[in-house]
Amino acid sequence: MNLINLTATEIAKQIHSRQITSEQVTRAFLDRIVATDTRIGAFLHVGAERAVAQAARVDQAIARGQIDSPLAGVPIAIKDVLCTTTEPTTAASKILQNYISAYKATVVEKLESAGLVILGKTNLDEFAMGGSTENSGYKLTRNPWDLTRTPGGSSGGSAACIAAAQAPISLGTDTGGSIRQPAAFCGICGLKPTYGRVSRYGLLAFASSLDQIGPMAHSIEDLAKLLEVIGGHDPRDSTSIPQSMPNLSSGLMKPIAGMKIGIVREQIENDGLDSEIRQKLLESIEVYRSQGVKIVDVELPNAQYSIATYYIIAPGEASSNLSRYSGAHYGYRSSTTDSKDTTANASSLIDMYCNTRGEGFGPEVKRRIMLGTYTLSAGYYDAYYLKALKVRRLIRQDFDKAFQEVDCILGPTTPTPAFSIGEKVDDPVQMYLVDLFTVGANLAGIPALAIPNGFTKAGLPIGMQLQAAPLREDLLLHAGYAYQSSIQYQPTWPTI
Amino acid sequence: MNAPSYTTVIGLEVHVQLKTASKLFCRCATTFGAPPNTQVCPVCLGLPGSLPVLNAQAVQLAMRTGLALNCRIAGFTKWDRKNYFYPDLPKGYQISQFDLPICSEGFLEIELANRITNDSAINDTAGVASAPNKKKIRLVRAHLEEDAGKSIHDESNATSRKKSDTRIDLNRTGTPLLEIVSEPDMRSAEEAKSYLTELKLLLEYLDVSDCNMQEGSLRVDANVNVHIPGKEPNAQLIATPIVEVKNLNSFRSVERAIQYEAARQYQLWQQNGLAIGQSPKQTRGWDDQDGITTLQREKEESADYRYFPDPDLVPVVIASEEVARVRESLCELPQAKRQRFVSEYQIKPYDAEVIVSQGLAIATYFETLIQSGATAKRAAAWMQQDVLRTLKDQEIEIENFPIPSEKLAKLLVAIEQGKLDTTRGREVFQQLVQNPSVEVDAAIEALGIVQVENQAMELLCKELLEANPDVVEKVKAGNAKAIGSLVGQAKKKNPNADPRVVQDLCLKLINASSV
Repeated sequence: MNLINLTATEIAKQIHSRQITSEQVTRAFLDRIVATDTRIGAFLHVGAERAVAQAARVDQAIARGQIDSPLAGVPIAIKDVLCTTTEPTTAASKILQNYISAYKATVVEKLESAGLVILGKTNLDEFAMGGSTENSGYKLTRNPWDLTRTPGGSSGGSAACIAAAQAPISLGTDTGGSIRQPAAFCGICGLKPTYGRVSRYGLLAFASSLDQIGPMAHSIEDLAKLLEVIGGHDPRDSTSIPQSMPNLSSGLMKPIAGMKIGIVREQIENDGLDSEIRQKLLESIEVYRSQGVKIVDVELPNAQYSIATYYIIAPGEASSNLSRYSGAHYGYRSSTTDSKDTTANASSLIDMYCNTRGEGFGPEVKRRIMLGTYTLSAGYYDAYYLKALKVRRLIRQDFDKAFQEVDCILGPTTPTPAFSIGEKVDDPVQMYLVDLFTVGANLAGIPALAIPNGFTKAGLPIGMQLQAAPLREDLLLHAGYAYQSSIQYQPTWPTI
Repeated sequence: MNAPSYTTVIGLEVHVQLKTASKLFCRCATTFGAPPNTQVCPVCLGLPGSLPVLNAQAVQLAMRTGLALNCRIAGFTKWDRKNYFYPDLPKGYQISQFDLPICSEGFLEIELANRITNDSAINDTAGVASAPNKKKIRLVRAHLEEDAGKSIHDESNATSRKKSDTRIDLNRTGTPLLEIVSEPDMRSAEEAKSYLTELKLLLEYLDVSDCNMQEGSLRVDANVNVHIPGKEPNAQLIATPIVEVKNLNSFRSVERAIQYEAARQYQLWQQNGLAIGQSPKQTRGWDDQDGITTLQREKEESADYRYFPDPDLVPVVIASEEVARVRESLCELPQAKRQRFVSEYQIKPYDAEVIVSQGLAIATYFETLIQSGATAKRAAAWMQQDVLRTLKDQEIEIENFPIPSEKLAKLLVAIEQGKLDTTRGREVFQQLVQNPSVEVDAAIEALGIVQVENQAMELLCKELLEANPDVVEKVKAGNAKAIGSLVGQAKKKNPNADPRVVQDLCLKLINASSV
């Protein structure tokens, strides 16, 4: 029996009806990881024994009727920026090599208490900084649809493992598109929730005001159920929205006739947009129209400043968030005794900082720390960071205004399909532009959904993006589900 | 007395540890003296992924303090990160308040021993003389921030070649601090000390801090320079470069360090003539043993802490109703209490000053004496001469004083009623101090103190006059003071004999016999 080419909802159903056990499914995925991950490289740490033991406990709990959660027994992979106390939490950085957290992230606690079984921790761009997972301090992750291409990033491991049938669902994090862009590249669904919907407690921060944890899966139903598990107010996160999680999965099947979906002309007509992606997007618009959805033009006049704004705010916050990785308290500490500062008496301490951070961080992380340090400096702060905060407010206002007119905004997720490994590594600005359509949602704090809407002629997945007003994940999932139903979407897996 | 050739200008930054049960952004305890690194959690350790959650109690205490210091309380205040690397700062930044502090623009009124005479001569507008011998020290701001940990430098393993170990204790990390920044309104070391004394008293009255300098719950940095009058008439003042003096561990060291620093700066100016802006700002450390300041840091520019709003915390909005509620809940503050003691009890301003400045518990003890029947004048005298002296001699706090105020009031009432005199009263007082379980009446009795009957007194006085014809003669000759020698004798024969009664009665008897 094929246990791995199933959605989480299907697996949960079979476990619930005792056709299969969580342990069997968990073992099946662990076997798949062993068989394929030398080629894919999706995982940094796999907790095989722990996962099997955990699955067995969940099976017992289900048998005794102690767990009544819609995803009980389902295996899941999580991005290696979420704190777990069994496997290391490294953010794919050498500076946290072998670091084991003393506590669990809120989302990890929620997964466990809902009976999900964590298979392991997935690869990413170091500290989630990048769009190809090539910035990992440990290994490359390859796109299961074409092993010469990247899976996107930064949640590249979390996307690739689903596409490679190594896990049915996963958690990623999204600061500028890091869930949605790899979801699009790997042909799966990914949801960045409203800022504050999911607790960030135990998420290794990249840019605190933009970071959000979200679900990745094949089906919209899986996304809805997984978000129900991980979302809701957490008193340990001051930015967590004090609202309980609504039921998202029950209303998915309602017809969407009468819904208003906005499209942004500048996005569709953007010169940088791949023609095949444009073509699929136009087809998808027609699918919606045929469902009785009203398609309306909306304007996001400040969207053109999104990338510039994002690359001021995110590095600024990151430069401060990453100060704690100094070698003084935990993680990597350089044993190099080379002195770079011979003037000060305290040179041994400063040398330790310089050598630890110099050796521990990769080039992209250093680039962003330097960018952020510069923009926060006295004399530059007003011109850069403060200005960026003001533009950010304008971007948010554009969305507010648009959502007075429409329920969702539909557009491309990425300008291009998955690019080749090495293609953009020497051109950071080209790499930054892959976030063109996704960063707006992070700056505005709104939810955004990436769903597959076809393949290129060369067989690479293509995705589209739906965005909605804050806390309206229900609209996104509803619209996403309606699309998948109307095209009778079936998940497909590449041959590896 | 020569007028000083310069004026010392002082601004103080006081870091006050607020008395919250838990830290500013986590629930760890703030108790002093716990074994190192036992009062820590992922948040105050700055572990990856942890997030701060504001302790609302700290905001309440900051508001209380701000209102008592006549500050404006911000309706909207936020948290900013101050970024710098140091091992006792595990996050690599301190959560503080940069441009929107919770309290701003206040003042604290201080008593002046004697105002420096040449202040007006150099057109000094600092502070406001609100009343004779009083001065308002203006406050720039008071903001909340988290404390750093402690670096403990262990020299025991150090050799001349090998550097010593430094160990880090993060128990203190995240403890709430209120940084109170004054304008440079103080003009002498004495004024600085007076400001600190009054501030500490206020904080203790408000019960917002332990104010223990030894335990670091009150820390002072002084910004000092001197203003030198120009040579020509109407010439501008010359100001020396401002020096920040750190490592001030007592009010006494604040005073000494300022005096030293002012003299040093004046001397240096005489040598090099460098004024403010012409040499870099220095941070100097006070060496209490040698009585000098030594250079710690010298910077051309101020350090760039790359302040920015902390995205992990939401701004704090304080409604005006909330400010009003806290204002109403404030206790009577020292200045008001002094004034009330003078007007309500008609005690001398000096007495009110001494009693109120000893702290709230002592002032309350004093008031209870009066409420329990003692007269204010006698209560004030006994507070200063007996109670405070005993506290000082025995090195105890009023909370541990063996005589409850109601009990002492009984003794004072007995004296008032003439049951015993002050001298015998002091003996009873000593008994009560030494033996807390004894009641006032029992102590009086145990000392054999009984009011001597009039008849017995008359008999005693007659005996004395018969035995001392020389004294009688002297009195008759007009020297009434000679009676004094009989008082001593009377006391020997009967310790309960009231000296005044003995004196009056003897005079009466002599006058009667001579008629």
